[in-house]
Amino acid sequence: MRRGNWRMAETVPFRARGFVARERGWAAAVTLLAVLAVWQIGAELRWFSVAFLSTPAAIARALWHLAISGELGRDLGASLGRLLGGWLGGTLAGLVAGLAIGLFSTLRSPGMAVVSALFPIPKIALVPLFIIWFGIGEGSKLVTVGFGVFFPMAISTIAAVDAVPRNLIRMGQSFGLSQAAVVWRIVLPGALPALLAAMRITAATAIILLVAAEMIGAENGIGAFVLRAGNLYDIDALMAGIAVLSLIGLVAARLIGLAERALLKWR
Amino acid sequence: MTLGLRATGVSHRYGAVTALEGVTLDIPAGETTVIVGPSGCGKSTLLGILGGLLRPSAGEVTVEGNAPEACLNRLTYVFQDFALLPWRTVAGNVALVLEPHGLSRAAREARIAEVLAMTGLSEFADAWPRQLSGGMRQRVGIARALAVRPAVLLMDEPLSALDAQTRELLLDEVSALIARAGATVVWVTHNLAEAVRLGERIVVMSRRPGRVRAVLRRGEAAASEAGLWAMIRDEAADAARELADG
Ligand SMILES: Nc1ncnc2c1ncn2[C@@H]1O[C@H](COP(=O)(O)OP(=O)(O)OP(=O)(O)O)[C@@H](O)[C@H]1O
Ligand SMILES: [Mg+2]
Repeated sequence: MRRGNWRMAETVPFRARGFVARERGWAAAVTLLAVLAVWQIGAELRWFSVAFLSTPAAIARALWHLAISGELGRDLGASLGRLLGGWLGGTLAGLVAGLAIGLFSTLRSPGMAVVSALFPIPKIALVPLFIIWFGIGEGSKLVTVGFGVFFPMAISTIAAVDAVPRNLIRMGQSFGLSQAAVVWRIVLPGALPALLAAMRITAATAIILLVAAEMIGAENGIGAFVLRAGNLYDIDALMAGIAVLSLIGLVAARLIGLAERALLKWR
Repeated sequence: MTLGLRATGVSHRYGAVTALEGVTLDIPAGETTVIVGPSGCGKSTLLGILGGLLRPSAGEVTVEGNAPEACLNRLTYVFQDFALLPWRTVAGNVALVLEPHGLSRAAREARIAEVLAMTGLSEFADAWPRQLSGGMRQRVGIARALAVRPAVLLMDEPLSALDAQTRELLLDEVSALIARAGATVVWVTHNLAEAVRLGERIVVMSRRPGRVRAVLRRGEAAASEAGLWAMIRDEAADAARELADG
């Protein structure tokens, strides 16, 4: 095709390729399997030393032994309990605080001042303080996770409430809906997509904080387990622990994904 | 008998902007009053004040007459942007406005079915708003308004988000529906043909700050498209002159 001189009867070429998000589940699985295979083959061919980096097969073996010895179950159970308790508590408290601040203008400035002042503190730095306050046991773990989840949840909730279209609220009021009905039927459902997105992020935050808290002071839990394995130079067990953490994260994300699919059918 | 509205000396300011100044206006019961005026003259503000969604800076609005027994929401809006809840189905959006009134489930569902049939939406009861065209969305807005058997319908440019063809088609339907509902209607529009077709009375507002420039009755010479145009053009010319004079 020459410039300025179009040939006749040429099919218009399709130019809008790509940039459309499409899920391909099998592609994800194949990629993960390929990475694992390359990793395993690399170890067999001695591209790296297995003294520093375990192999998928060795990790799987370690996981199996830990599972049947019951050690994994104990540590996993302790971690999951703390994770769930701390995350639920922090999420609920953040939701309530965020709604209160978002809905009541008298609470907005004081609430925002407190939340903004405490949000940037790295919560890991507070773990020693929480251990002094709440003891080395479950209390300090729950509070660390809960506190860390609370702030992002509260801030996201405020933003989510602010983002609910005002015209919908006015519509509800114009039809005589009570304040409670406006909150329950318009504000909360309108904020839900943003709230679920926030929960995805706080789930990851919760795992990070839990492991940190368990490493700083705990007898059990996956964090303590990983630290113990490291002290013993047991690379296989150490990486098995990390694999379990990754799995917890994946499962949490999956659960929230399912909740999104069930609750946000209308999108 | 239904309700009429009376605005007396209504002014409204948004910070430094005066949107309305000294508006005194009668909305007679059972009639269709159309409000036209240049863009930004305060028509939406006035409608918000008439229905109690905005507090006027000065003046007051009174309701006169008796609402019919069956009326669930005396002053009922139809919004330009439809204001449908995207997370509720068509039927769910109508159900929302019946929920505060303690109807039995059966009575509620019967009423929903009835208004959806009236607006030709029966087949779409379970559709999500995103699946509907603009015209159908506004039908839902109208079905929702009719569901509460309003005494006064406050309609802020209900058709102006629609394309010209849909607007034409819907206009006849909507005017038939509101006639059947027997409600008092306040209809804001910038479409003069629409105003002439619908309005038993046409209120022409001046440019901002909005005042009542004229109240015309159907059949009067000025209550024609050309007559309205002349007044609107006049307002625009005055505005341009003021701008030039600084
Ligand atoms: N919330 C607000 N804050 C500040 N100014 C506002 C607000 N709402 C409206 N105004 C201003 O008040 C004036 C009147 O607004 P209004 O929306 O009532 O006019 P309108 O006649 O409905 O205009 P349009 O024809 O564009 O719908 C406009 O100049 C607008 O900019
Ligand atoms: Mg307007």
